[in-house]
Amino acid sequence: MSTLAIDKAGPSRKIKYGSMSRDRAWALRWSYFFLVLFAIFFLTPPIYMLITSLKSSAEISAATNPWWVFHPTLSNYVELLTSNQFLRFFWNSSIVSLAVVLVTMLISVPAAFALARMKFWGSTTLATGVFLTYLIPDSLLFIPLFKMLALVQDYTGITLLNRWYVLLFIYPTLTVPFCTWIMIGYFASIPKELDEAALIDGASWLQTLTRIFIPVALPGLIAATIFAFTVSWAQFLYPLVFTTSVDQLVLPVGITTTLIKGDVFNWGQIMTGALLGAAPPLIIYAFLMDYYIAGLTAGATKG
Amino acid sequence: MADVVVEQGQAVRAARARKPASLRNVLGRKSTVAFFLTLPLILLIALLVLYPAVYSVHLATLNKSMQKFVGFGNFLFLFKRDTFWMVVKQSCIFAVTAVFFKALIGFIVAHFVHNIPAKGQRKWRGMLLVPWVIPPAMSTLAWLWLFDPSYSAFNYTLSFFGIGPINWLGDNVWARFSVILVNIWYGAPFFMIMYLAALKSVPDQLYEAAAIDGANWWQKIWYVTLPMMRNIIAITALFSLIVTFANFDIVRILTSGGPLDQTHIFATWAFKVGIEGSDIPLGASVSLFMVPILAVAAIFILRDVSKRGNEA
Repeated sequence: MSTLAIDKAGPSRKIKYGSMSRDRAWALRWSYFFLVLFAIFFLTPPIYMLITSLKSSAEISAATNPWWVFHPTLSNYVELLTSNQFLRFFWNSSIVSLAVVLVTMLISVPAAFALARMKFWGSTTLATGVFLTYLIPDSLLFIPLFKMLALVQDYTGITLLNRWYVLLFIYPTLTVPFCTWIMIGYFASIPKELDEAALIDGASWLQTLTRIFIPVALPGLIAATIFAFTVSWAQFLYPLVFTTSVDQLVLPVGITTTLIKGDVFNWGQIMTGALLGAAPPLIIYAFLMDYYIAGLTAGATKG
Repeated sequence: MADVVVEQGQAVRAARARKPASLRNVLGRKSTVAFFLTLPLILLIALLVLYPAVYSVHLATLNKSMQKFVGFGNFLFLFKRDTFWMVVKQSCIFAVTAVFFKALIGFIVAHFVHNIPAKGQRKWRGMLLVPWVIPPAMSTLAWLWLFDPSYSAFNYTLSFFGIGPINWLGDNVWARFSVILVNIWYGAPFFMIMYLAALKSVPDQLYEAAAIDGANWWQKIWYVTLPMMRNIIAITALFSLIVTFANFDIVRILTSGGPLDQTHIFATWAFKVGIEGSDIPLGASVSLFMVPILAVAAIFILRDVSKRGNEA
């Protein structure tokens, strides 16, 4: 009976008795082929940035092969790195991003600890609310925030618009929800026995947080820090709306508004500026890739 | 069970702490500590997210000088304008097309990366994630330069294949294509990373079983990979839908909405009307139109997240 069934099933579908290893080798070759194609697509803009940044204005406007540098020069870099304006942008961006990272951590780590471990009235609702806040985009809030800042200025006389430090209040709205969310995930994955042991030994809640949770969840903390830094460094809409004077601008806005003068595009300098602006996140990424990716995937998988 | 144990430890501590002054007792109580730990977060969200969100609804009901209440006047005004409907259409086309191709390219690339030996995967993954790492404002400048009409590197390259100069950002159709292309370029690596993580979690036995049953590569993807990754595909796509729908940087830098407002999406048009045109109420009304789609996506994401929260 069983042999009959096998005989019946046998010829009904074509089985290719090819070499499995040969199939594997071909699949591998195709994989590499397509990966190279996609890598070209993904890496063309940054590489083209680098190519253009090494060219002089004369070479850029000459109708030569745009993909090759015939007379490499560092003049664009020298010019930008000695320009007070550009250094000012860089300085503003660095201060803002670093301060925002600090503020974000000070707000989100304690909150995540409380939400992950200390069940209290409304804690689950609050955790869900934090996650929902993360889904509210900047492009929904920039107009009311602009008006609010103007009103604060009218009523209290504190100048907030057109000052770089206003970004220190605004950026955390982008970074804190996500950082809190992934820290809740990391804290929740710490075994309960650890903090029970600490509590039995007489540690206060704050001691539990600083002595046990922060050291154990350090990878998550690093991932959150990287996230907060890259988000603040890349933010474009808020500084574009809230700051206008040249000495108050951060890098992305500074490059797009001051290096493009009317219809005159000084592409060599723009590309150099863009590359220098992209450098800090790229360097962090190069050295801490695993943390970067952990933070990226944690948002959707750790929850 | 574990909760009970914590409560017991808590009780022991509370009993010991009963002797000192009652203020210290209150301060040491779990709910008080928790309140103070979450207070900055609550304040931040309430003042700088919730309040502005409600405030923008209020703003949307005022007239241009913000002196008079006009009710739905701004919305009715928008409904009568062709530009508004163009923005709605373009936003939807932009978001849906971009998310679809991001998901598709991300899936394909993740598959190829997953296919190659584990040794080289790290290197490739690192290289392919670069577009996501560069601040979009910076990389869009590079695209702007690649699209440049007179010295465009793209047109230079295409001329070798006999394809005439394309007006990438000046022509209606091409401008729409360009902004979507840049968005795909920027977002596809994120999908790649998410899908790669998901692919790694699919047990090998399933593929072996499928192979023994005689499934070809397509059947393996369709009947094994996709069902196993369904959740992560859905949640990543919804996330991306929100971000793409609310995108600002790319369109703003690449075309500023031009030619003839053809590439405007909600965020850039709201910026143009509200900040540049200093009609704040109208700008607020425009951006409020993002809410329904964002809300629907958020509800689905939330359902998925809480479902997984319960499983864990």
